[in-house]
Amino acid sequence: MTLLITVFAAAIATVVWYKNAPDDTYRISTLCFMYWGASLMWMCDAVAEYIELGSAFFEPAVEDMINDAFLGFSVIAFGLVIWLITLLIKDPKGVIKAKLFRR
Amino acid sequence: MACFIVPAAEAAVSYAVARSIEKKEKNELCGISENGITDQTDNIYDEEHRIPFSRKVKWLTKLLSGGSLLLAYEHVWHGEVTPFFPFLTAMNDPAETSAMLHEMGTVGVSMALLITVFWGGMLLVSNAIEKRAIRDSRSDMIKAAAIRTDDQDKDADI
Repeated sequence: MTLLITVFAAAIATVVWYKNAPDDTYRISTLCFMYWGASLMWMCDAVAEYIELGSAFFEPAVEDMINDAFLGFSVIAFGLVIWLITLLIKDPKGVIKAKLFRR
Repeated sequence: MACFIVPAAEAAVSYAVARSIEKKEKNELCGISENGITDQTDNIYDEEHRIPFSRKVKWLTKLLSGGSLLLAYEHVWHGEVTPFFPFLTAMNDPAETSAMLHEMGTVGVSMALLITVFWGGMLLVSNAIEKRAIRDSRSDMIKAAAIRTDDQDKDADI
């Protein structure tokens, strides 16, 4: 479930990036790289789990699914927070700089 | 358990490599080479259509570091990473430590490999796009030059 939610987030971020390309003022590409990186890593995790559990991997308990979904959404939120912090630090539009150094 | 450490370590290495290549590229752009001043007239037109390799290495760094960060969050969520020493709960028990090292060697390494292969695919696609852009721009240049020559010939006839 976590993998699925992250893949959806990566796909949505990629569509948003593509819509605005080549302009990347808001650093959407960072978000894409982060979500795709995590998705690929969880895919590896999922393959390892599938090798271990077999077909039971595709029949998770409802409680596990809810927990994984909760984790998936938390991961998306965490990714968004990291992206937001990066955006504010880089400050591509110079908004924060203008606010701080306004006389 | 701690599989994200392997891609995180690769991210650190690729970051250092990207910085070093970037420095080299900046020196080349300024016309400074190891032997002295280089000739900047060669391939300037082609360079406009090329993505610097340092930027491509940064893609790998972002994929690895971003993924590792989110995976680290998952490990914190599951209580496998703690904010105090030894930071990994598996380090408290020798049996768990060996299981952790096994996981790092199998899942962790395969994660790093998969990301690197994915990045390799990105390189192939971007190289193909760059080549096409260079070919198109060269043919445009040739066409423009031919039109200019025709115009000059017509002017000479008049």
